[in-house]
Amino acid sequence: MIYLLCFVLFCIGLYCILVKKNLIKIIIGISIIDYSLYLFLILIGYRMQGRAPIHSPVQRIENMVDPLPQALVLTAIVIGLAVLALLISIAVRLYDKYGTFDITKIRKLKG
Amino acid sequence: MNHLIPLFVAIPLGSAFLISLIKNKCFADSWANLATFSLLCLSVYSLFLTRANGTMVYKMGGWIPPIGISLVLDALSVLLLITVNLIALFATIYSLSYMERYTSKGKFYTLFLLMLGGMNGVIITGDMFNLFVFLEIASVASYALVAFGVEAEELEASFKYMVLSCVASSFVLLGIALLYSYTSSLNMADISRVLQSREEGKIIPFVSVLFLMGFGLKAAIVPFHAWLPDAHPSAPAPISAMLSGVLIKALGIYAILRIFFSVLGISQSFLTVLMVLGTLSMVVGVFLAIGQWDFKRLLAYHSISQIGYVILGISLGTPLGILGGLFHLFNHSVFKSLLFLNSGAVVYATGTRDLRKMGGLRERMPVTGSTCMIASMSISGIPPFNGFWSKLIIIIACIQAGHLGYAFWAVLASLLTLSSFMKVQRYAFFGKKKESSQSIKEVPLSMRIPMIVLSLICIVGGVLLIPALRNNFLGPATDVLLKGTDYARIVMENLR
Repeated sequence: MIYLLCFVLFCIGLYCILVKKNLIKIIIGISIIDYSLYLFLILIGYRMQGRAPIHSPVQRIENMVDPLPQALVLTAIVIGLAVLALLISIAVRLYDKYGTFDITKIRKLKG
Repeated sequence: MNHLIPLFVAIPLGSAFLISLIKNKCFADSWANLATFSLLCLSVYSLFLTRANGTMVYKMGGWIPPIGISLVLDALSVLLLITVNLIALFATIYSLSYMERYTSKGKFYTLFLLMLGGMNGVIITGDMFNLFVFLEIASVASYALVAFGVEAEELEASFKYMVLSCVASSFVLLGIALLYSYTSSLNMADISRVLQSREEGKIIPFVSVLFLMGFGLKAAIVPFHAWLPDAHPSAPAPISAMLSGVLIKALGIYAILRIFFSVLGISQSFLTVLMVLGTLSMVVGVFLAIGQWDFKRLLAYHSISQIGYVILGISLGTPLGILGGLFHLFNHSVFKSLLFLNSGAVVYATGTRDLRKMGGLRERMPVTGSTCMIASMSISGIPPFNGFWSKLIIIIACIQAGHLGYAFWAVLASLLTLSSFMKVQRYAFFGKKKESSQSIKEVPLSMRIPMIVLSLICIVGGVLLIPALRNNFLGPATDVLLKGTDYARIVMENLR
């Protein structure tokens, strides 16, 4: 069920990128896709009533959460941040050159 | 000798760090060239290493895979490494003079080496998520490099490229997440082993489609090609040469080959899909190229077309077809980067990219003119240049496999390529001299050397098919693809 919500979030992001005409809204769409993927990765590793996978000598660990996807998500968030920063800085530069965020007006390239 | 493998990533990343730290132009120039030169030496040396030792595996931090990350060096990786680092060396030599016209050369080299490090990482990694990380390093650096001139067109091209490429990366990450949830492993060899021990699940076709979309977009196969003709011409010439010459191959073609042949296992229906996509790219790319008047844009469309040849050759699945595809991959890197360097030299001398405004450049720029002539003949498949041999092998392989229709399209695309390059020669290098061409001079020495050396490789490239050389360079790489999912067993055996 919750995986389905993840998928819906992914589709909202994709819709946003495909349909919206504003550069900033497109960037938001990309972020939404990224977040849906982070959520999906975390859900893969989640176990109901699981505990943190920290080893202790006094307690036997059963039903622990998979820690690997969490490490992956941290890496993916850092990469996402770098891409987002670059996207926004290019969008700002584009605004300087064209005076608009509307992609239908940013059309010097053709063919 | 396994300890040499991480150097392919460590040298470019370390150099990028040093160059951005020490803001001295002389230092940046010499250090970047030194780094790419040492990488080329290292990749040639690794050719001999893999010949002697077979596949080599390096365990990061001493953790035994599948727990830790592993780096795998096999014959296919070596082929790609030599191609990438060869072009990188010539691009850095070329940048010595060419990039003088831009400000902040140091930042350029930093981004360039980051991109190179990312590409080398994608090629040698043996871990799915690590592949994604290196893919993003190379892509982020290339977005910034496309926008390096910060003019309106360049920013626009970069934004378009970035949005499409981000979507592609998301598909790849989703595919990796699904694969992890199915096999509980990220190591390529381990994933392959788990998949072989299970029955065919419904999730594998879905993951295949995600990867095909993601990496297909990076490789600019036809339905996903829209970004390439904008992004590649907008970058400075040495970067165009890198992007068109090797980036689409390292991030796109290599990743597709590695994942589909070695990890997921290839099926006949998937090969048919690749064959159709390859032929489509081949024909659509060349038709779009004919009408172009912008020199660099025309070359960018030809990249799409030539990538189609590589895909078609490899997806035939026969030993001859794969050999031809890999050989064409190497050849295309050489002549396409040479052509982009030529176009850079023309822009450097004349200040325009419009073919109609050029004319009679051959007398003014003899080196550029003759090297461009060689590259044009090579890409159009005229004997005895290297492009002829690889196209010939691909077409023969098509006929041998009984796909006469595909062979016909390959020949047709080759003829159209010839006609569009005749146009380039006719308008830019021959033809009437323009009034304004009196002051045009030949480009500086450091831009001439890479063009001359690359054109020499174009002329003698055919010798790679002589059995003695073929068995050492292209042959083993072909075997890697033919063995397919045996990759898992080979890597596991070499862990000890």
